[in-house]
Amino acid sequence: MSDMATAIDKHEQATDDHGDHGPAKGFKRWLFTTNHKDIGTLYLLLSLAMFFVAGIMALVVRVELFEPGKVWVTPDFFNQMTTMHGLIMVFGVIMPAMAGFANWMIPMMIGAPDMALPRLNNWSFWLLPFAFLLLTLPLDKELLSMLGRAIGISIFPGAGPAPDYGWTFYAPLSTTYGPDSTDYMIFAIHMMGISSILAAINIVVTIFNMRAPGMTWTRMPIFVWGWLVTAFLLLAVMPVLAGCVTMMLMDRHFHTAFFEAAGGGDPVLFQHIFWFFGHPEVYILILPAFGIISEVVQTFSRKRLFGYIFMVWANVSIALLGFLVWMHHMFTTGAPYAAQLFFMYVTMLVSVPTGIKIFNWVTTIFKGSISFETPMLFALGFLVMFTLGGFSGLMLAIAPADYQYRGSYFVVAHFHYVLVSGSLFAIFAGVYYWLPKWTGHHYSEVWGKWHFWLTAISMNITFFPMHFLGLAGMPRRIPDYALQFTDFNQLATVGAFIFGFSQLIFLGIIINSCRKASAGVNEHLPNRVWEGARSLEWTLPTPAPYHTFATPPELGHETH
Amino acid sequence: MCRWMLKRFTAVFALFLFMPLALAVPLMNMPYGVTPMSHDIYRLHMITFYICCIIGVVVFGFLFYSIYKYRQSKGSVAANFHEHPMVEILWTLIPFLILVGLAIPATIVLKDIHNTNESDLIVKITGYQWKWKYEYLDQGISFFSTLSTPQAQIDDPKEPKDQWFLLEVDNPMVIPIHKKVKLLVTSNDVIHDWWVPDFAVKQDAIPGYINENWLEVDKVGTYRGQCGELCGAYHGFMPIVVQAVSDEDFAKWVAAHSPNAKAEAGGLIPTAQAATRPLSKDDLFKIGEKQYATSCAMCHQPTGQGLPPSFPALKGSSIVTGDVNKNIQLVLHGVPGTAMQAFGEQLDNQTLAGILTYVRNSWGNDALNAAHKQAVVVQPEDIEKAR
Repeated sequence: MSDMATAIDKHEQATDDHGDHGPAKGFKRWLFTTNHKDIGTLYLLLSLAMFFVAGIMALVVRVELFEPGKVWVTPDFFNQMTTMHGLIMVFGVIMPAMAGFANWMIPMMIGAPDMALPRLNNWSFWLLPFAFLLLTLPLDKELLSMLGRAIGISIFPGAGPAPDYGWTFYAPLSTTYGPDSTDYMIFAIHMMGISSILAAINIVVTIFNMRAPGMTWTRMPIFVWGWLVTAFLLLAVMPVLAGCVTMMLMDRHFHTAFFEAAGGGDPVLFQHIFWFFGHPEVYILILPAFGIISEVVQTFSRKRLFGYIFMVWANVSIALLGFLVWMHHMFTTGAPYAAQLFFMYVTMLVSVPTGIKIFNWVTTIFKGSISFETPMLFALGFLVMFTLGGFSGLMLAIAPADYQYRGSYFVVAHFHYVLVSGSLFAIFAGVYYWLPKWTGHHYSEVWGKWHFWLTAISMNITFFPMHFLGLAGMPRRIPDYALQFTDFNQLATVGAFIFGFSQLIFLGIIINSCRKASAGVNEHLPNRVWEGARSLEWTLPTPAPYHTFATPPELGHETH
Repeated sequence: MCRWMLKRFTAVFALFLFMPLALAVPLMNMPYGVTPMSHDIYRLHMITFYICCIIGVVVFGFLFYSIYKYRQSKGSVAANFHEHPMVEILWTLIPFLILVGLAIPATIVLKDIHNTNESDLIVKITGYQWKWKYEYLDQGISFFSTLSTPQAQIDDPKEPKDQWFLLEVDNPMVIPIHKKVKLLVTSNDVIHDWWVPDFAVKQDAIPGYINENWLEVDKVGTYRGQCGELCGAYHGFMPIVVQAVSDEDFAKWVAAHSPNAKAEAGGLIPTAQAATRPLSKDDLFKIGEKQYATSCAMCHQPTGQGLPPSFPALKGSSIVTGDVNKNIQLVLHGVPGTAMQAFGEQLDNQTLAGILTYVRNSWGNDALNAAHKQAVVVQPEDIEKAR
């Protein structure tokens, strides 16, 4: 208690010194902010909004797949939904959410007052809403013209189709055959890419230069390590994606033929470039998640993370191996035997460091003192279901068997197990874990647990049957299917709707906490909201004041 | 709609409860298949699956035991250990050795996939938006294979569906059993993928590439598959049907379908442009009506209204009710960069004349053509001249 009182005293001194640096009022606070906490909040809110947008698209897909024959939408619109669902979930939900965590937590975890480049930080966020506006422009126009028709006026009568070639936008379907809106997508991806590169630079510079004295590399929280590795991955591959979409633009409008066989180009080249970005990209989505899970697991086991150094090296080796596996997405493109062998071996090898991480987490739990608050439930859900996704990943790595799995619902099941019960569960865990620190309000455990159980159960009802569908021969990205696939598809649709509506609980919890925070309700939560939490952010008052660590903290003997 | 959905929901939930039992049903697993390759791949799949199961039992056993045993609510006090290099080395090495064990059979099977030498028959497969073309290079046989499920079954949820809804075609590929068939797979437009699960053959069809794969079927039967790579709006509507038949039946099939046989029987020659004999408007209209359903209706719809903006309407279209020669040119040569293909390479004069006659006379286009003083009947000879 006295601990907290001194901390609050210290904090009040700190804010006195910086009285004129408090948040501005109204929208200007958010538009011009250079505060890492505000920008973190913006990232997280954008991610939340996009989560519902892309989620509704997934539900449109699932409605259409409820039974054979046309249910609701045309095949072309179905493809727009799968494409936009994928693009938005990857670039608009998981990546911004992780960037939100990075902004909020990295300075607080390493004892820095803010990010190293605050103005850049503002720009890297504010590029994103406009990027997504551009990406979804055809659908926005369609929506507006629908609303217009409902009230009897004609707005945007000729909205063309949105991107409809899958989130992997393979050439030549997206170049020669792509709709006009492909150009919107290309520039939207450029904007997202710039945003990601700037954010990554900011994170690297912050971690290298702004650690508090005594915060050595081996004392850094594992979440910070996860993000450091991720930031380097982003710096390495986002420019490759930018190159890829620029070549598309050239092919579409400036008479080049990079990917056009008729002009001497090579459609497979597109896939090489795309997956050279795309595979590290999936590690970009999961490495910060690993970090969050590590923090949560050790807190609620009340025990230090087992094998810290090995966890760090596992992160680094996953990232490095991630550059050498891209062709496992292309086993059926007619790749030569030697290439297939090399990429099969390296892909199988990825499961070694990933396995190390799983084993270390389980051993952290072993002989701990475990309690089951909502963040821990999501972390345990992650451990079980991410591992299932890892198993199907190992199966997919076996190149001959991949001839059967590739392009089928088995792949859809696999990547939803690693991205939904992997990255997304980690995001949920992280939000529940740090929400009291952010808002000063402790969410309702009862609602949190409802959210967890409904999400976890419906996620399995949705995605588990997809393994069977894929093995039985159902290709992915089809709007209509043969009769024998009906039952499992209906099951998946039912699960998807339960999943979708369960997220309203999450929305309610967030709105409630944010409302209390902005109303200034003080619940006098302790600094260390979770008794087992160790890292630096838990030495700060709850809620965390607008400016923290204006003077660097003194580090005790406790590490990570 | 609501009551019917509720009924389905109950059925679906019952299914979920019995999901573990259903594991015995073949639909839940990869097919064992009918080629030596599919057997090998099935075994590889099952080995990997069982290894994953064993690892799963160990890891999840340890996890659930720890969660259960060391609950704070049961008074568990956290231990203080946090590293042990030997354990780390152990759980690096053991998985590595398991992987080596898995990689060996995988390497052998993969080598076999690439062995396309010494084949008895060569079939070239070309993907089109949204159909397959099969060419028997040594037999001189060549034909297109399109979906034969009636459009009404696809559009109308209440319409009863065939057993092979979306998995049936007009002209299946025919191959002899116990013969090594080499497949040369390529594409005419975007990337497709020729996939028949029972053969464990999945090969991308990529424009500018000719990919090789092979199969050797050991059982007579009809095998079905689908396109495995997103190729546009009707990716889900270009199925693959392969009939594996005995040697004698295959010889009969070849005899019946070789170009000479067709000419003798007075039938149409698939690729020849010879048949230029004039036909009556009714005959042309009938030919066109039938072929429109196969080649055109998917995009332009049976109603001729298309699916704008991707697929324009033919009803009242300025091209279909405009200059007939421009109309013929467009159908012959297609519109580059769109799904409108160069049908001159795919269909013969008679069929094209039929289709053009049909579209220029349907959905009120005949009245418009009369008003614009444009021709409504297109003869095979007109097509031949325009080629």
